[in-house]
This record gives sequence, structure tokens and C-alpha cells, in this order.
Amino acid sequence: MASTTTPAASPSWRQRIVGGAAIRVESLLVLVVLCAVMAALSSAFLSVSNVLNILLSTSVFGVLAIGMTFVICSAGIDLSVGSILALSGVVGAMLTSNLDLPWWVGIAGCLAMGAFTGALNGFLITKGAIPPFIVTLGMLGVGRGFALVLSNGISIYGLPPQMVWLGQGRPFGVPTPVVILLLTALVAHILLTHTRFGVYAQVIGDNEGAARAMGVRVERQKVLLYTLSGLLSGLAGLLFAARINSGEPTAGISYELTAITATILGGTNLFGGRGSVLGTLIGALIMGVLQNGLNLLAVRPFYQQIAIGAVLILAVWLDRINSSQGWRR
Amino acid sequence: MSLLELKDVRKTFGAIEALRGVTFSVEEGSVVGLVGDNGAGKSTLMKTITGVYRPDGGDILFDGLSLVGKDPGAIRQAGIEMIYQDLALARMRCVAANIFLGRELTRSVLGVRLIDSKRMRAEAEAMIARLGARIPSVAQMTGQLSGGQQQSVAIARALTFNPRLVIMDEPTAALAVREVEHVLDLIRTLKTRGIGVILISHRLTDVFSVCDRIVVLRQGAVIADDAARDTSMNAVVAHIVGATDAPRQEAHP
Repeated sequence: MASTTTPAASPSWRQRIVGGAAIRVESLLVLVVLCAVMAALSSAFLSVSNVLNILLSTSVFGVLAIGMTFVICSAGIDLSVGSILALSGVVGAMLTSNLDLPWWVGIAGCLAMGAFTGALNGFLITKGAIPPFIVTLGMLGVGRGFALVLSNGISIYGLPPQMVWLGQGRPFGVPTPVVILLLTALVAHILLTHTRFGVYAQVIGDNEGAARAMGVRVERQKVLLYTLSGLLSGLAGLLFAARINSGEPTAGISYELTAITATILGGTNLFGGRGSVLGTLIGALIMGVLQNGLNLLAVRPFYQQIAIGAVLILAVWLDRINSSQGWRR
Repeated sequence: MSLLELKDVRKTFGAIEALRGVTFSVEEGSVVGLVGDNGAGKSTLMKTITGVYRPDGGDILFDGLSLVGKDPGAIRQAGIEMIYQDLALARMRCVAANIFLGRELTRSVLGVRLIDSKRMRAEAEAMIARLGARIPSVAQMTGQLSGGQQQSVAIARALTFNPRLVIMDEPTAALAVREVEHVLDLIRTLKTRGIGVILISHRLTDVFSVCDRIVVLRQGAVIADDAARDTSMNAVVAHIVGATDAPRQEAHP
């Protein structure tokens, strides 16, 4: 279904449309079909408020998935994003709510906590030579644990209005998190496709030995990649905390699953070598639409977990079929 | 002064002594053949020169300056290029990106250094044309090219930045007869331009046809280092397999 290529989808056609951004036409198709199905099933789906709702709920794990894109295209993985999200949110809330520090300290605290934890992941992976899967799985536990310890397991309520605006504000009618997601995606897209940092991330995933032999500082690059993923997890933590006006130690549980699924759906190769931020954005929207649609149809939330997990497995399976047919643009 | 001087280079991996004091030198505009059985230490030695491994002892001088402790990027910058046996290509990236891998051309946009793909493609195109290689397009994904074409990309990459020493690890192993001749001609051209070449090959006919000196490695040590005209195929084979117990002949200028 999604793996078949329509006659119109010749490389030149695709390149002209997506500007070499490596968006898979299949991903777009899935999104369009999914939206069509949801619109047919529920009249509320296409209303402006519901579309903004989808974008809003997509923004938090969308930001996570953008960081995940960099890590996965370097043939790594970051399972700790959901825990870092919670830890960062708790730290930001403690700084402002408990310690009465100004709002910008809270924002900086969220981002710094995320970046620090990500850097720690990176150091353990490179200096400790421990596989990313293990390091970030461990950090999934450690980060969540610290979030619970710091907050005593209860949410820290009451953030400064400036922070809350980041989650609840609506400049020109668009929710602030959506604006932040789009800005982040834009910067990340340029970073991934037009700078050495992004290209090297993909080359490391493609052929790490070649990257090293050609003078790429692979270790340094990897530390930066996990730091970036951590930083974006911190940003997601900030958005999440701002939206619910509290630092919640149990925030973002199983968000790594959603972020990885969105990334893979967007056409980033699970085994490294190529990635697309714009594709990831499409993938995140697919997840958002799926969740929203299931909500509108009053499907119990428990089933959503099943749906997300199944979509991840399906996406990877389709990707395997695709790549076994040779590389296509 | 030699272009490249290896002095008693040692490298161990745990209990294994991969290099047990390797000494030889490469002059400007000369071709040194490096031969030896599998596991003799040829690849380890080359990776030590290019900075992928750090030697445990001895010194490596390039133009009189030590390379020990420099990273692969700095060593390429100094003028040593290597064509790896596995080609070291990023197969999901285009030909131009591979040729400029590690040395991307950039332009500054609002103070941010962005990769200048257009200029990289143009220059890659020119380099491929100069080498007379046939590649459909430098925008093509490298993994989609044939083995010989990929070899051309690796060679083009090594020669684009005016190297002073080129190390080739089995550059002819995967090639058809006509392509082999092309590579050997290329080595002769490099020689006339004063570029030093180290050729690692199992094909002794190739080695004898282009090399000025032939260095034989066995069990991580140099057991022969002779001018090509002073030795013979049989003698080299005997050294490789260890059929002679002749002490190492001193290198003569």
C-alpha cells in the first residue's frame, strides 16, 4: 500500500516538489489518507479548532522527534527523551515555583537540564563505549527517577506567566507550542541538510569508519548529537510544563515510542545514513492525527498505545521492504 | 630528507604485536610497494600513518614533522591521502559529497557556514572529468554506482586536494583488466608530478610494473626493503611466505 510508488513519483518530480528534502511521498500519502478517513468518520475532525488541537498535541513529541531524527540518522537511538522531558519540566518548575527565580531562569533551566543529560548520554556512549541503546535505556530510568526524587513524586504547580505563555499563549490565534515546533523544524532542517554537523550525522550512520578516516571527529560529533537530542527534550519538557502550568514528574511516559515512530514514519532510516526533519514533521502529524482521531471516535486511550506500537512495527517493516528493493530517492 | 619516514613504529592490540618496529621511508616522486601476507600488518601500518590508530612507539615523520598524535583530519590536511580497500565511501550520499567528505566547501549565510553543494558538484564534476572516469552524474548516490565507478570516486577524492603522498590499499583488487591498467597509469602520472605513492597489493605483477622500491612486511616487521630492479618476483614471494631466513637487508639510498 504505502510502499508502492505512483507513476507520478519519479525522482525528478519528487525532487521538484520537496526540494530534495527527502520526504517520502508514501508518508504524505499516509497522512492524507488518514485525514480523509478521519474527516469522513467525524464531522468535527476538520474544524479549525480541532486542527489547531492536533497541531498543539503534536508539538511536544514533534520536538522530541526532531532530536530523534538526528540521533537515528547517525545509527543511534535515544530512549531517554521522555524521561529527560519530565526531568527538565520538574527542574524548570522547581527553579521558578519553589525557588522563586525569574521566568527566564526557569526556561534556561529546562533547556540546560535537557542538554546536560543528553551530553551525559553522549559521553557515556563515546568515552564509555557503551551502546546507545543501553546508555539511553539506563537514562530512561535514571532521568525519571531523578524527576520523581526532586519533586517527591508530586507535580510542582504554578509557573510564571511568561513560561505559561509558551504553552498556552496564542499569538495570532496559533498556539505558541505550534510556532515553536515549526521554528525548531526549520532550524533543524537547515542544520541537517545544509551544515557539516547534519551531514556528518548522516555520514556516521552511513559508514562510521569512512567518516573517521576522512577526518570527521566522530566522538565529538556523537556527543553533540545526543546533546542536541537532550536539548530538544528539555524544550519539549518546557512546552509540556508550560501547557499544564506545572512540572509533572510522570510527564512524557512512553513518548520515546511516539518520537521514534514519527521519525521512522517520516523516512529517516532506522539503521542510519539518511534523515529528514520535514519527513519527521509529517510522521509526527500522522501520530497526532491518529491519536486525535481515536479520541474523536471515543476509542479508549488504551487502544492508542496498541495503535502506536503497531504503526511503529509496520513503518519499519515497510522501510525494510523498500530498502531491499534498492535505494531510491 | 625523505617525504615520509617511519622510524621503529610499534603498535600492539592487547597481547598481539601488530607492528614490531617498522622502519622505512618514501621519497618524493617514488612509488613504494608494500607487500606481505594477510595479517602481516600492512593495513595496521597504513591506519597508523593516517592517524586512525595511534602508534605505541617510534615516530612517523612527514616532511620532517612528526605525525604522531595528529587526528586523521590533520594528517589529510598535511597532504597524505589514502584510498582504502573498502573505499570508505558513504553510500547513501552523492558522489560530490563523498569527494568533499571531511572538506566540504561552505559559504557564509548570515554568519552561518552552510555547505555549498552547487560549487562542490561543479568541482567534483571537473575532477572526475580530469581523471577520465565515467560516472553518470556527481549527484548520483554513490551506492548505486558499479564497483569500478566507486573506485574512481575514492581515487578522485584522494587526488582532489593536491596530496603529496597517496597510499593505495589494494586499489586494483576489484577491478577488470582495463581498469587496472588505468590505475597503474595513474600511479605513474602521480610519480611524474613528484607525489609519493605507497601501493599495497597482492598482485606482484602490478607492484613490479610501477614500484621503485618493494618493502616486505612479515609478522609486523620489515623483512626486505629493496629497489625493484635489485630483487625478483621469486625473492619477494619467498620473503612474504617466510621461506628465507635471511636477515633484513638494510635499506640503501
